[in-house]
Amino acid sequence: MTELALREAPVSAAPSSAEVALITRGLSAFFGQTAAVKRVSMPFYANEVTAIIGPSGCGKSTLLRCLNRMHETIPIARVEGSVDLFGHPIYGNDVNPTAVRRNVGMVFQRPTPFPTLSIRKNVTAGLAGSAQRKLSPAEMSELTEGALQRSGLWDEVKDRLDESAMALSGGQQQRLCIARALATSPRVLLLDEPTASLDPLSTQIVEELVYHLRDAVTVVIVTHNMQQAARVSDRTAFLLAGELVETAPTKSLFTAPRDPRTEAYITGRFG
Amino acid sequence: MSLTRRRHVTSGVMISLTYLAAVLATLPLLLILFHLLKKGASSISLDFFTNMPQPVGEPGGGMANAIVGTLILIGIACAVGLPLGIGGGLFLLENKGTRFANAVRFLSDVLNGLPSIVLGIFAWEFLVRPIGHFSALAGGIALGAMMIPLVTRTTEEMLSVVPNSLREAALALGYPRWRTSLSIVLRTALAGIVTGALVAIARIAGETAPLLFTAFGNQFWSTKIGEPIAALPLQIFTYAISPYAEWHSLAWAGALVLIGMVLIISIIARAVTRARFGGPVD
Repeated sequence: MTELALREAPVSAAPSSAEVALITRGLSAFFGQTAAVKRVSMPFYANEVTAIIGPSGCGKSTLLRCLNRMHETIPIARVEGSVDLFGHPIYGNDVNPTAVRRNVGMVFQRPTPFPTLSIRKNVTAGLAGSAQRKLSPAEMSELTEGALQRSGLWDEVKDRLDESAMALSGGQQQRLCIARALATSPRVLLLDEPTASLDPLSTQIVEELVYHLRDAVTVVIVTHNMQQAARVSDRTAFLLAGELVETAPTKSLFTAPRDPRTEAYITGRFG
Repeated sequence: MSLTRRRHVTSGVMISLTYLAAVLATLPLLLILFHLLKKGASSISLDFFTNMPQPVGEPGGGMANAIVGTLILIGIACAVGLPLGIGGGLFLLENKGTRFANAVRFLSDVLNGLPSIVLGIFAWEFLVRPIGHFSALAGGIALGAMMIPLVTRTTEEMLSVVPNSLREAALALGYPRWRTSLSIVLRTALAGIVTGALVAIARIAGETAPLLFTAFGNQFWSTKIGEPIAALPLQIFTYAISPYAEWHSLAWAGALVLIGMVLIISIIARAVTRARFGGPVD
C-alpha cells in the first residue's frame, strides 16, 4: 500500500451507510507477555461516530492506539491480527506507519499543543511532512482557517494566530489539537478521552464538535463517560478486560443490551 | 536550665554556625574579586583592549591579541563540542536503557572528570606532534573535547524533561521518528540546551592547562588557526611568572577581563534560563 493509494479514495463522496472505514480482525495487543486487547473483531463505519466504552484498564485506549499504529511506539508493545483501513491492511509488510498516521489522526486525553510554535504553526504542523508538494502561503492560510473553523476555534483566535499556543485555555488547546489533526484531512479521527481534562463548558463544545465532525470524517472516540458516549456516538462498543463484549447502535446498546455484562455496566453495577 | 531553654540555645548556636558556613563559602569569591579589582582595575584602559603586548618598560601595553585569541579558541571549541555534545545527548535519550547508551553515558562522565592537562597532552600527541608545530586548532579541539561531556549530559537532561505526550502527538501527526526528535523534542528543549552550552563555554574559557602545549601562546597578532595563538589564560600565566612589576599588574588586569567575560556569559545563560522557565511550559 502506498501513501497515494490511501489518499486516492474521495474524501467528500457521500458515504453509503454500510461503508466500512476500519475493520479489525482478531486484533490482540500486548505489553510484553500481557495481553491488553484480546482478539477484537469489529467494524467502524464511515462517517459515523463510534464510541468505545468500558471500565478503567479494559484496553480502550490500547485498542484505539492499534488503529493508527501508535501502540507499537512503546518499546515492549506488540500487535497481532489485522486492521484494514478502507480495504488496505495497515499492518501489511510494506506499509509505512507514518503514512497510516497521516490518514488516521489522533487527539489525546490531555491537550498537546507544541509549546514552541504559534497557533498558526501548530495547525499546519502536520502538513509540512505530509504534503505531496509545497503549499503556497495562500493555500496554507486557507487550510489553517478551514481547520480552525471546523474545530470551532476560528472566532476566538483569528486575531492572534501568531501568538504562542500555550496562551490558550485548556479547552481551546484541545480544540487546537483537533484542528491540527483535521488540517491534514485524515480519513479517520481517533479521540482518546478528549474531554477528560476539560471543564464542563469546554466539554460541551468539544462534544458538539465531535457530533458534527462525522459529516467529513469517521470518528472513533474512547470515553469513560457513558452519557458522553450516548450523546455523541452512532454506535458503541463495550470492552471488558480486553475483550469486546458487544457492539451495537448506541441507542439499542443503552436501552436493550444483549449481554448481561453490558447491562450490569451501563446500569452502574460496576466499573 | 529548662529543657525548652536548652533547645532554644542549641538551635541558636546551630543556626549561627550555618550562617558562618554560608559566609565562609562565599568568602573566597568575594576576596578574589576584591583583590582583582584592587590590583587590576588600575591597568585597565582602552589601550588594554586595543594594544598589543609591549616590551618591559614601554607604556600602554595591552592584550588585544590574547582577547581575540581566546574568542577564536572558544569558536573552534564550540564547532567541535556543540555538534558532538548535542548529538551525543540526543543519542543517549533516544536509546535510553540500552547497554551501549549506558556505556556512552559512563564514559562521558569519566571524560568529564579527566584532568584538563591530560586532554592537553592528548591533543599534543595527536594534533601537534604529527604536524610539527603548535596551533590554535589543536588548542580549540582540546577545549572542545572538554565541552563534549558537559554538553552531552545537559542536553540529555533537558531533552528528558520534554513530556512524552509531545513526542506522541508528533508521531500521531505522521512525523517520522527523526523529525519528531529534531523539530519537536530538540526544539522544545532548545533554550535549556543553549544554557548548558553557555555554561560549558564559561567553563572552558578560562582553561590554561590544555592550551600550554597546543595553542602555546603568541606575543604577536595572529588569527590563523594553523599557527600558535595567544589566549588570555596563557598571557596571564606568562606575565604572572615574569619578574616585572608592570607585567604583574597587567596579569591582574587580564584576570579581571577573563572573569568579566565568564561573568557576561553566565549572565546570558541566566537570562536564557529565565526565558525558558518563565515562559509557559507544559
